[in-house]
Amino acid sequence: MQTQLQINGRGYALNADPRTTLLDALRNHLGLAGSKKGCDHGQCGACTVLVNGRRINACLTLACMHDGDEIVTIEGLGEPGRLSPLQQAFVNHDGFQCGYCTPGQICSATAMLAEIEAGWPSNVTQDVAGAPELTPEEVSERMSGNLCRCSAYPNIVDAIMDVAKGKRT
Amino acid sequence: MTRHLKVDERAHRDRLEEMVQGVIGEPLDRPEGQLKVSGRAPYAMDDLPEGCCHGVLVRSTIAKGALAGLDIDQVVALPGIRAVVTDKRLTKNPAQGMAGKAPAQGPEDIIYFGQPVALVVADTFEQARHGAQILGRRFEAESDVALNPDDPNAEIETPKKKQSSMGDLDKAIREAHFAIDETYTTPGHASAAMEPHASVASWDGDKLTLHGSYQMLHFNRAELADALNIDEEKVRIVATYVGGGFGSKLGIAPEGVAAAIASKQLGVPVAVAMTRQNVFEMVLRRSETEQHIRLAADEEGRLTGIGHEALVSNVPGEKFSEPVTQATPFLYRGENRVIGHRIARIHRTPAGSVRAPGEAVGLTALEIALDELAVASGLDPVELRLRNIPDKDPSQDIPFSSHTLAEALMTGADRFGWKTREPKPRSMREGEWLIGLGMASAARVNMLIESKARVTLARNGSALVETDMTDIGTGTYAVLTQVAAEMLGLPVSRVQTRLGDTDLPPASGSGGSFGASSNGTAVFLACEEIRRQLCERLECDPDELTLKDGHAVVGNRRIPIDEVMGGKDIVAEGHVEPGDAEDKVRQATYGSYFAEVAVNAVTGESRVRRMLGVFAAGRILNAKTARSQCIGGMTFGIGMALTEELIHDRRDGHIVNRDFAEYHLPVNADVPQIEVVLLEERDPWANPLQAKGIGELGICGAAAAVVNAIYNATGVRIRHLPATLDKVLSGLEDEDQS
Repeated sequence: MQTQLQINGRGYALNADPRTTLLDALRNHLGLAGSKKGCDHGQCGACTVLVNGRRINACLTLACMHDGDEIVTIEGLGEPGRLSPLQQAFVNHDGFQCGYCTPGQICSATAMLAEIEAGWPSNVTQDVAGAPELTPEEVSERMSGNLCRCSAYPNIVDAIMDVAKGKRT
Repeated sequence: MTRHLKVDERAHRDRLEEMVQGVIGEPLDRPEGQLKVSGRAPYAMDDLPEGCCHGVLVRSTIAKGALAGLDIDQVVALPGIRAVVTDKRLTKNPAQGMAGKAPAQGPEDIIYFGQPVALVVADTFEQARHGAQILGRRFEAESDVALNPDDPNAEIETPKKKQSSMGDLDKAIREAHFAIDETYTTPGHASAAMEPHASVASWDGDKLTLHGSYQMLHFNRAELADALNIDEEKVRIVATYVGGGFGSKLGIAPEGVAAAIASKQLGVPVAVAMTRQNVFEMVLRRSETEQHIRLAADEEGRLTGIGHEALVSNVPGEKFSEPVTQATPFLYRGENRVIGHRIARIHRTPAGSVRAPGEAVGLTALEIALDELAVASGLDPVELRLRNIPDKDPSQDIPFSSHTLAEALMTGADRFGWKTREPKPRSMREGEWLIGLGMASAARVNMLIESKARVTLARNGSALVETDMTDIGTGTYAVLTQVAAEMLGLPVSRVQTRLGDTDLPPASGSGGSFGASSNGTAVFLACEEIRRQLCERLECDPDELTLKDGHAVVGNRRIPIDEVMGGKDIVAEGHVEPGDAEDKVRQATYGSYFAEVAVNAVTGESRVRRMLGVFAAGRILNAKTARSQCIGGMTFGIGMALTEELIHDRRDGHIVNRDFAEYHLPVNADVPQIEVVLLEERDPWANPLQAKGIGELGICGAAAAVVNAIYNATGVRIRHLPATLDKVLSGLEDEDQS
């Protein structure tokens, strides 16, 4: 099955089994193995990518459903020597250990900050009508779809807070 | 040239202290960090070779019996299917850590529900997955199979060498001023590394290369070769990046052997990744435990006796049994002691090492019991522990190599604001939430494992460290780089570390918290040899040589290192082996945990609000990665205390909650901004680095601090982990009625 994918600003022609998930398309067909498979069931978040600016689990969607969509993967956020501010903050704060969940964490955090910016409330937002405050509690809550067994959670929160505060000042 | 050391004696010099580069111990960012955060670090399945086929494992759906048949024809007729592999060399379960030989093989004989019985291989993953899902299987199930440790037909082994006693514990309990006699249970746990086990096998003639997710490569190489019945020299394993291990990737696992067999059979590279459900079912779990603990204390709260008797389980034929009581013989004083160990032989997913086998669950139960003794005696839990720190190992009558428990307890109490705690339960309330503080001691045995490493000081003044050691997130790339940089007087940017390839000198591997200190010592020894050769060239005494910032300083000469090299590289190997030192002294790491927990009086939900860990593990090689390891360990403790539990169907032993939706790891919102304090310590008995293991210390008793805080908040004593809402709620109701 033919699908045109726009990934990290570049066009890709994918010819794959219609059962191919977006995650397997990236990893097995398009040479973009930065997105990781941790559970293949939408339970761990390691495969998080951005589709039209929103974070989704790439394992829970078929590649052929994304004809023409704008997809951003971890490879599109930065590269060694030219890291995104979040990627750099993860390095500085040791926001990972084994690094396997990290691409998903960083894609997730990238979209999460935009969600806060856009005023989306979360389960811990006190005033759902007002602008959510950027607190460690908000960040923890909103990052809870991304599991990390090494448990860099405190460092992940520190890294994200660093970048978010930098943006606001 | 090889520099060899067998550690029979204490180190008489602190060589790293004599160095001047100033990088050892520093919180260096991980050298591989940029690759990891940009998705460029290649894990086992990330760089599939051209023409690679995909394999998916098929499982048994009975606990014990025989595989009677597979409907292979139906599957091979599907598009893209290359083969259904049923080779007799397929393994039933992973090898245990450091086995060095094949685990149980033969898919036709079933010993647990979820055991792999075949591999479906196809051109694409989608085709293989479909074939595996529809492959018809027929089994001949045996009846009256022991599935649960308490089944009447479960054979219970009581290995003689795992029982010990001294004095008369029964008498001590009878004469005790305060006594505790309780039974605690912990359920099975999953390592649950984020990267599922994965291997990509390819053959060049009779030579196999396996890109796999493994922790201990030279052992894995021997295990894989043995499973395939070929020479070790024909096998190369590469594991440059490993997406977490926690013990689950110590031994060669079914997917690795299956990939190798399939690749040979089909003449193409074959990639096999376990599904997450496979990982839960086919990877060694931590055994559930039942622990009978008895404590006897005098009127001052000084222990006169300790009994710790455990029941664990494994499938018949597996040697490993969770060493629950590992820290009990030396942690606290007491002349009268009983250690008991029984193994129930049952047909569940086999048990093996999960982060800190032994102490993780054993110390957790012991530390809950200590909290019960504190309540019974009216002593502060910190004070009770301080009173019971022995002067020497009370079971072996040998000195401690170093001992920091008292300092860890006092530092932690001070930092955490322990003195504000109300000893009486239910003293603090905020609306619906009952607040409590709890604490526990941490302890873990320290080990040294034979290890080799090669260091090349290149003619251009850069250095290369090479070993088959792995970095499973533990910080190996960082700490080995730092050891070499410190010893050779180079900025870390001029040191490169290559890991994870059996073509390189064999290391300890990652496990048992011994990796950094064992392999770090091998790197240290190689660097000492390089320094010796530099002294020869410079015609100076070893004590006259200073290496710093890429220069050699001797007397009033300061020479760029590349000039000293004279156009030639120096290559040296370091080789360390454990020796008599470990019998002369008791080596262990210590620490303390403090937790503040809020328990909802209406729902029974427990939330960890604050947590502090204070740890000492000899010289800390990298303050940043060491801290991260401790945070990770404590988070495992939070999971153990509150949510993690493998649930087996009592009728067939299958794991009911075999995914992340049902086996609940702590998520970001479950973990507070944990604080870690690393105490300054040197342990000259451990190794010349004077460093000890820290990767597991953070989990050894952490759950007890949380459970003890729940008691302080509510008055509900949880003895059966995890402290789920149902247990807390029914406890609250009992409290209300009393």
